[in-house]
Amino acid sequence: MESFRYRSAFSPRPEEPAGGGRLEGRPRPRKYLSVAASLLAAALSLTTISPASAYVAFVSNEKGNTVSVIDTDTWTVTKTIKVGQRPRGIAFTRDGKFVMVAVGDDDTIQLIDAKKMEIVDTLPSGPDPELFTQDAQGKTLYVANENDNTVTVLDLEKRVRIGDVQVGVEPEGMMLSPDGKILICTSETTNMAHFIDTATRKIVANVLVDARPRYAEFKTDGSELWVSAEIGGTVSIIDPAKREVTGKIKFAVPGLRSEAIQPVGIALTKDGKTGFVALGPATRVAIVDGTTHEVKKYLLVGQRVWHMEFTPDEKYLLVTNGVSNDVSVIDVAAQKVIKTIQVGELPWGITIAQP
Amino acid sequence: MTVTTVHTPAPARSGFSAGEYITCLIGIVWREGLRFLHQRERFVSALVRPLVWLFIFAAGFRQVLGISIIPPYETYILYEVYIAPGLMAMIQLFNGMQSSLSMVYDREMGNMRTLLVSPLPRGYLLFCKLLAGTAVSVLQVYAFLVIAWFWDITPPPMGYLTVLPALILSGLMLGALGMLISSGIKQLENFAGVMNFVIFPMFFASSALYPLWRVEEGSPWLAYLCEANPFTHAVELIRFALYGKLNWVSLAVVGGCTAVFMIGAILAYDPSRGFVRRGPGGEA
Repeated sequence: MESFRYRSAFSPRPEEPAGGGRLEGRPRPRKYLSVAASLLAAALSLTTISPASAYVAFVSNEKGNTVSVIDTDTWTVTKTIKVGQRPRGIAFTRDGKFVMVAVGDDDTIQLIDAKKMEIVDTLPSGPDPELFTQDAQGKTLYVANENDNTVTVLDLEKRVRIGDVQVGVEPEGMMLSPDGKILICTSETTNMAHFIDTATRKIVANVLVDARPRYAEFKTDGSELWVSAEIGGTVSIIDPAKREVTGKIKFAVPGLRSEAIQPVGIALTKDGKTGFVALGPATRVAIVDGTTHEVKKYLLVGQRVWHMEFTPDEKYLLVTNGVSNDVSVIDVAAQKVIKTIQVGELPWGITIAQP
Repeated sequence: MTVTTVHTPAPARSGFSAGEYITCLIGIVWREGLRFLHQRERFVSALVRPLVWLFIFAAGFRQVLGISIIPPYETYILYEVYIAPGLMAMIQLFNGMQSSLSMVYDREMGNMRTLLVSPLPRGYLLFCKLLAGTAVSVLQVYAFLVIAWFWDITPPPMGYLTVLPALILSGLMLGALGMLISSGIKQLENFAGVMNFVIFPMFFASSALYPLWRVEEGSPWLAYLCEANPFTHAVELIRFALYGKLNWVSLAVVGGCTAVFMIGAILAYDPSRGFVRRGPGGEA
């Protein structure tokens, strides 16, 4: 689509005049007209950003107590849904029919019908649910309850609570290994990544990382686990087999104090070659080489950039900017921020799917 | 001469064929081009000036921006990206004034007589001179854009094309302004005055270095002044065009000012009507 548009911009090419283009006698108004027309066409083609996909993104606004719905065709907010108090963790169910949003101050998870865009049900959870993750089949949901130091296990089909796992203080980051056997839970105050066996629901290992781990992400092939540490300012690379830290990604943005660099959200491309890390108050998203773990580039986004999500085709990455109340769109291939969209108050989490 | 007028349906008013007009245009552009090529220092200094601003000034002011998104930008931008269009306009501003300086030089040295013996209308000669100066400034701007690209100022590829009409128009406006001013300057030394009274106020009281909403926070009066400054609109016209967009207000202001300055310059250089009283000897 995009290439077509650019070609169309070039197509009204002025024809070569018969006299070899040399100006003799009087100017050729037709030639100038066609040049002007092609310039105009070029200008017009630029003003319309070509639609690439037709996904919807749901953004939880922590302070606004709403969920903003973004159309990825037009990059505009098409609807704002009122939800419970302090919505944070947000994700589509695997069938794409519902959006689950953890409303921490209401101690529950609400279910939004993705078509009707209204709340249809609630899921039980412990006190102050923050982030959650589900298995590949969409049958089991694991919820981190920030104030209770527990992970709640839910049956998504029956919508009932089926178990709890005691973890460290202030659990937050939740991620299942690609094979679904290990659940990672990071606890903010204990500074650990807990490895939980999903079959026995017991902690099988604890890996110490830097201060205040916020988020965990696996490579699709399960070879690496990345854990961000907000206060530590690093991302720890963990070998999931050995269950030890094998490397650390450090960040330095020219002109910024190191305290301002607080890594939170992580997104890895399916091929594992590129990682994106949100740096919170640094107003930057770092692009990291997935193999060498070197920071390649910093992209400027809004204030307090928090969580991020790829469109399913991995063409775009959407990041939430909490303090500036907007969502920035990153063109993944071009490694450029192409747009920033105003949403509700304090955007926190984001989930994207085909409507 | 009479034969030509009979054979060609040339404009009756002046009695010259289009070919002759074009010969004159090429002649003047060629001279301006040669002068530009032979003064390499001029090209280098035209390029170094904005680059100093970009590399040093912008680096120091990095944190000034990145708080609000203003059109034509669709996301947060670094300060370097913000001031690039302002620096492009600055190149044209200096070039316009330098071009006017060369008119004073030409008048002092007597080269202008060669130009004035041309039988073509005075206004047309001035317009050719203006076009020549604009062409030079557009070249300088593109050279700047090439270097800026390595500094991560990467507008959309189409922007390099869509900015061209904006550059031509703003180049004409600033050139015409320079020409109007040059008609009032008798000696080369007075150019320092132009620096102080025209270039600096125009450049600083504009949206080149800081967005107008920022200026308004500091002083609403300064913001009005900036709004009324044609240079602000030249900057905004270039800024929008660089991102494939059109700022209608700026287009109207720049277009209008070009016409007014041009007419003013033609009147000022008309010996029978000139703004400056000249001695009985004519020029000089």
